[in-house]
Amino acid sequence: MTPSARALAADVRARRRSAADLAREALDRAHAARHLNAFLDLFPDAAIDQAKRLDARLAAGEPVGPLAGVPVAIKDNLCLAEPYGGRTTAGSRILADYRSPYTASAVQRLLDAGAIVLGKANLDEFSMGSSGENSAFGPTLNPHDPARVPGGSSSGAAAAVAAGIVPLALGSDTGGSIRQPAAFCGIVGLKPTYGRVSRYGLVAYASSLDQVGPLARTVEDAALALAVIAGPDPHDATSARAPIPDPLASLDTPVAGATIGIPRQARSTANHPAVAAGLERAASALADAGARVIDIDLPHADRGIAAYYIVALAEASSNLARFDGVRYGRRADLEAGQGLDDLYARSRAEGFGPEVQRRIMLGTYVLSAGYYDAYYNTAMKARRLIKQDFDAAFAHGGTGGAGRAGGCDAILMPTAPGPAFRLGEKTTDPLAMYLEDAYTVTINLAGLPAISVPTGWADVDGSRLPVAAQLVGRPFDEPRLLRLARTLERGVGF
Amino acid sequence: MCDRPPADYTAPVNDLTLDQVRRVARLARLALPNEHLERSRSHLAAVLDYMQQLRALDTTGVEPLARVSDDANRLDDDTPGPCLPTDALLAMAPRALPPFIQVPRVLGDGGAA
Repeated sequence: MTPSARALAADVRARRRSAADLAREALDRAHAARHLNAFLDLFPDAAIDQAKRLDARLAAGEPVGPLAGVPVAIKDNLCLAEPYGGRTTAGSRILADYRSPYTASAVQRLLDAGAIVLGKANLDEFSMGSSGENSAFGPTLNPHDPARVPGGSSSGAAAAVAAGIVPLALGSDTGGSIRQPAAFCGIVGLKPTYGRVSRYGLVAYASSLDQVGPLARTVEDAALALAVIAGPDPHDATSARAPIPDPLASLDTPVAGATIGIPRQARSTANHPAVAAGLERAASALADAGARVIDIDLPHADRGIAAYYIVALAEASSNLARFDGVRYGRRADLEAGQGLDDLYARSRAEGFGPEVQRRIMLGTYVLSAGYYDAYYNTAMKARRLIKQDFDAAFAHGGTGGAGRAGGCDAILMPTAPGPAFRLGEKTTDPLAMYLEDAYTVTINLAGLPAISVPTGWADVDGSRLPVAAQLVGRPFDEPRLLRLARTLERGVGF
Repeated sequence: MCDRPPADYTAPVNDLTLDQVRRVARLARLALPNEHLERSRSHLAAVLDYMQQLRALDTTGVEPLARVSDDANRLDDDTPGPCLPTDALLAMAPRALPPFIQVPRVLGDGGAA
């Protein structure tokens, strides 16, 4: 198993290992695991060159950052300019030849901290998918069983970490796109509070839900990455100015006395038995550490999928209107007599894959005259009810109103109802794929931080597949969330 | 949470027609080939049917929530900062006649409908 990001950076800083060697070894691993299709681009020259520069700075006694020499993968919906070539495809044919002239803020912060970008990771096109199968550049495979999906949409990022190619990757989570692939691949995935990390340079899917976050082997590495990428950014007006206490400083503070709520809805009979067992193991691990585990109710959770997909697709239809074949991206060749409307419609039809087109049409429909109130407005009201459920569960004073239990420090539930499914198993039924996201989407609607941690294994048809649970925290309370996740991680002993 | 629609859901109420699919494709600026119309219709109808479960929700007196962040629309100092150079922007355009981006004729013959 590859060492953690924190251990590698310590070795590089102490000059026990050279960053250039780490980059070369990671590139070798990436080549050996090419069959996973986790990377859309690798940057051997730039990565080794950057690593050598870092080694030279260390040799000269210059200060380096907390991720010095750590090879990382970047989901290919985060812009990365020179010296990494700039290609940013978002997994789409419409951006196959797009080169970004600037770098996303979260990626820049990783680079400034000394991380070495190994390559851009595969993803569902525009992050629209829960399996990694919607990439225009082919599906990513699950390192635990290549006949199965790694989850999505941060499919390549999760597979690259799980396969041990890199200890850390950056992804994005609109409705579970960091946590669900982390669960399917047996790694840790953190979706920070909405606004905690700048979205500047992230190819937008649904702007009120999107959040950038890390995928890692350990909770400690996720905390380390969060400390690097979090914070306000003048380029993103929604980036929060709330202070970010160093999550590493309090990572090992005991959690005794914390209250953990398990929603009644999280113990659905639809859960795979291994997921259900993992949830109880996670609860026991926290209880053994002195946490109080209570039952709670999130009465509107059942409406999460419907509300989420209406809100997300409405925003997507608006965000993706920018791809018009004029300013950037693929442009259709027009025939005689065709005009601007044809340029738009044909460029988009040629450039977007079937799932993206479906989602744009759904979003357009729910926003169109006569349907706006019935769908979009109602979904925004459901969103408030869903957020109020969480507010009540987190309310101090012991009661969340309406006779419900409150006072939770975190909420515990499965990340996904089952382990990784087979490639092709759900591609013909879009709704079945959407229902996979039942446990993750409400958290984005409420803007809360959540972290998926492996809880055990499921034996399915001869494959040993990881399962996971997620902890959900109060807004901007990542240090406590990570502390609890660390306790869970240790207690479960995955 | 991941069960199929709850009991108060009344399916199917969505009678999406092919004309409506054509209309929404036109609004979405997507050239949808005729042979894909029926498949699109059935996929869209299935999802819209599922979404209609929200009709059963009592939203009396509930204000819509568009975003969770409290500090939207804050004012920044009105000071000029660095921006991308024109060359970089033009380099992204699939067709350009610097310093312009090329588009099909908009007015007169061949213009937008």
